[in-house]
Amino acid sequence: MRTRWQRFKQSYMLYSFLRDPVALTSFIILAILVFSAFGAPIVAPHDPYDPTTIEIMDAQIAPAWSEGGSSKFLLGTDAQGRDMLSTMLYGMRVSLLIGVGAVCLQAFIGIIVGLLSGYVRRLDNILMRIADVQLSFSTYMIAIFIGAIVQTAFGVAGYDRVAVPLLIAIIGLAEWPQYARTVRASVLAERKKEYVEAARIIGLSRIRIMWRHILPNTLSPVLVISTVQVANAIMSEAALSFLGLGMPVTKPSLGSLITAGFEYIFSGSWWITIFPGILLVGLILVINLLGDWVRDFLNPKLYKG
Amino acid sequence: MTAILEIQDVDKHFDISGSFLDQIKFADGKIGLQKTVVKAVNNVTLDIQPGETLSIVGESGCGKSTLARTVMGLYRPNKGKIIYRGDRIDQLSSAKMRPYRTKMQMVFQDPYASLNPRMTVKQTLEEPVRFHNPDLSRLEVRDKVADVMLQVGVDPVWASNYPHEFSGGQRQRISIARALVVDPEFIAADEPIAALDVSIQAQILNLLMDAQDQRGLTYLFISHDLSVVEHISNRVAVMYLGCVCELATSKELFGNPRHPYTQALLSAIPTLGGKKGGHIKLSGDVPTPINLPTGCVFNGRCPHANERCRQERPAQITLESGSIVACHGVEEDRI
Amino acid sequence: MEQLIEIKNLRVDFTLRSGTVRAVRDISLTINRGERLGIVGESGAGKSVLGFSIINLISKPGKITGGKIIFRGNDISKYSYEQMRKIRGNRIAMIFQDPMMTLNPVLTIGTQMKETILAHMKVSNKEAEKICLEKLRKVYIPSPEKRLSQYPHEFSGGMRQRIVIAISLLTNPNLIIADEPTTALDVTIQAEIMDLLLELCETENMGLILITHDLAVVSEVTQRIAVLYAGKVVELGSSKQIITNPQHPYTQGLIKALPQMAEGAKRLNQIPGMMPSLRDMPDGCPFAPRCAALLERCKHEIPTLKELESGTQVACFMREGVE
Repeated sequence: MRTRWQRFKQSYMLYSFLRDPVALTSFIILAILVFSAFGAPIVAPHDPYDPTTIEIMDAQIAPAWSEGGSSKFLLGTDAQGRDMLSTMLYGMRVSLLIGVGAVCLQAFIGIIVGLLSGYVRRLDNILMRIADVQLSFSTYMIAIFIGAIVQTAFGVAGYDRVAVPLLIAIIGLAEWPQYARTVRASVLAERKKEYVEAARIIGLSRIRIMWRHILPNTLSPVLVISTVQVANAIMSEAALSFLGLGMPVTKPSLGSLITAGFEYIFSGSWWITIFPGILLVGLILVINLLGDWVRDFLNPKLYKG
Repeated sequence: MTAILEIQDVDKHFDISGSFLDQIKFADGKIGLQKTVVKAVNNVTLDIQPGETLSIVGESGCGKSTLARTVMGLYRPNKGKIIYRGDRIDQLSSAKMRPYRTKMQMVFQDPYASLNPRMTVKQTLEEPVRFHNPDLSRLEVRDKVADVMLQVGVDPVWASNYPHEFSGGQRQRISIARALVVDPEFIAADEPIAALDVSIQAQILNLLMDAQDQRGLTYLFISHDLSVVEHISNRVAVMYLGCVCELATSKELFGNPRHPYTQALLSAIPTLGGKKGGHIKLSGDVPTPINLPTGCVFNGRCPHANERCRQERPAQITLESGSIVACHGVEEDRI
Repeated sequence: MEQLIEIKNLRVDFTLRSGTVRAVRDISLTINRGERLGIVGESGAGKSVLGFSIINLISKPGKITGGKIIFRGNDISKYSYEQMRKIRGNRIAMIFQDPMMTLNPVLTIGTQMKETILAHMKVSNKEAEKICLEKLRKVYIPSPEKRLSQYPHEFSGGMRQRIVIAISLLTNPNLIIADEPTTALDVTIQAEIMDLLLELCETENMGLILITHDLAVVSEVTQRIAVLYAGKVVELGSSKQIITNPQHPYTQGLIKALPQMAEGAKRLNQIPGMMPSLRDMPDGCPFAPRCAALLERCKHEIPTLKELESGTQVACFMREGVE
């Protein structure tokens, strides 16, 4: 009899993970980034949300190592005098929150729709056509549309408050068909297997068979696309923010930081836009590398090839 | 003696023509809708007596697995009745079917696909017990599962392991345990040993026969392996393209096969140390169950086929020996 | 009799992270010209690996780590891919369980057959087609002219296996290795394919290595049988001797476990337990944990093949004691 932890320690998953330097490094970097983002109030040297600590006099100070830099601000300050490092950490927290939140919403809708259309054949056609229609709208079109309505309805001050859930909802609603299609495909493969027939012969209800028997067996591909989808959602949010439809400058995400700094790049204050840019690229890269490893691990066909 | 299970005139057809667009076909210069129907089971009538083992043999695609699944209520027959101890069960709702689920169980072919890979053995075996006996205490359920595990020869110590940690033979034991755990009286076994190694096959067959002796089980045993069928069954039905061509006691069928297909099938069994060359050669391939031949389904490959066989479907006739055969040749005393 | 192929102390290892899997452990076999040899074993006994290693088709992480395969005087186990390709096409052919492993689904049968001929022989297109038709007739494909322009999916399983046999005949090989050629087929089709293989071997004087799990099939077709257990040959002898007078407890168990051997008794004679994993073998005889006639030395020493008076070779200490 072994506990779950012992099973995990002896598993092939852990073994192959520890022997893949790319996956291991990516994981360590991602862990540091996530920790410092969510631990930002503790880790960050300044609080960019607290207006009392911000001096407009500190605006556009260069990074500490270059000329005109100050040891108080390691990566310099932005146009409003906020410490870049702290703002970036808080910004990454917003980006990750939106990314993960949007993916949770996508997965929630997508899994339910995918399960229903895979297992209840009568619903299949209608649900999948809805998914196709949904996919033919681009994320940005929906975002521009909804964003405009909400901004008019709530005004700029109100928009600040609802921005995070709004972006989660927009990105979540725009991309759920990915999940629905993946889940449907694996439900179609699983429902033919004999263990599902065995469950029917026991007399279990359809809902119970779907949840207890089929769903757990479709989660591997869901995990694989989830990593890619988190990266995509963070990118979408950054792009929307860059277009001015995302997070407001008072509560910046990585995307809105890049936009904010963009105006100053030609006046010499390159660091305002470059540092958040590097952080964004690094974050997406490690998530994608980790996703590649998950995919290779869970898909032995690819793994052997 | 009344039959435990009666299958009366059952047809099972599958419509595989797909959606409306897939059905549009261009033929004879016209565009029309065409349905593609697989006629998997046609006009099958069988009865199974309590305590016996009735085997169904036939080659792949003959509809034997479909028949077993139709009996178990996984498919609804297109025509005909399935009667369990006097009650018709083929049109019941799943709620009304529930009491029969504890009486009738099934064992599957593939020991790798028939257990849910994400559930431990304990979860797999406890689920049916809990579902059908909600008032049992946790301890009673555990004891019940442990009892059955011991009976099928899997140490209950392994209950918290997942299926992939077991060998094929052990998985098949667990699969049998899942069927036995609700104390059924009838088990449909769909090729339960086909995927196993020879030395393991004997273990599983012995297990099935022991369970039958101890619990008075009735088996519907589906197999393509004739020597296994000869050993374990009381009666055997031979199926070809969804139709029963011969139904007889095991002794009668293997000793004195009457239908030309049964004869060909028996002569094809490889025997230990036998010499090659004594096989009855069948011409041609098995037709698809989509376009069933007119007349006798076997006429295209039968060495004795004549004009009547190509026109008229043979009816089942009962011979003096008690065997039931569907063949014009036997009826006319040609064969 | 002329020796066709000689396998000497062959070893094949698969190096995996959990350790080395010794799939073929020290196997020696010879096949004479025109002789039919059956290799019988359960899944995981190493019989397919043995078949693949003869034609040097072992893919990573597997590797031939010892021994020789002598074919017409040359050790082909050391041959390069290019040298081996010539032998594979010309002298040794292989038939797999799934005909689609040999057939390309997007090419017609005719194209595939001609391709093989033109790769190995200098003949014109017309002549190649003639050879194709001749071989298709040999495997009893009706109206071969029409069939040449059809794709593999237009044939039934039995027909496909016939075509694969026809393809393997194209270059007049000396040896055919058939790995479970009828396992996926129905019993009536299996009988036809086996009859065909037997007939071809006799008319063309070809050698045959028939790899299967089915003792009955092997006993009908082959002259000699090698019984494999856990990567080793445990018994080797004439088919008749092995079937009627098996010496190794494993062979005895296999035969007794068959339903036709139950002789009235309801219960079958089963061999307890299962084959040990090739990863962690017991110290002594690999069959020791399941053996009913266990001696003390079986637990520590590995028995080697010894020839008995009947000509059967068996690897078992019990039989050594008898001698």
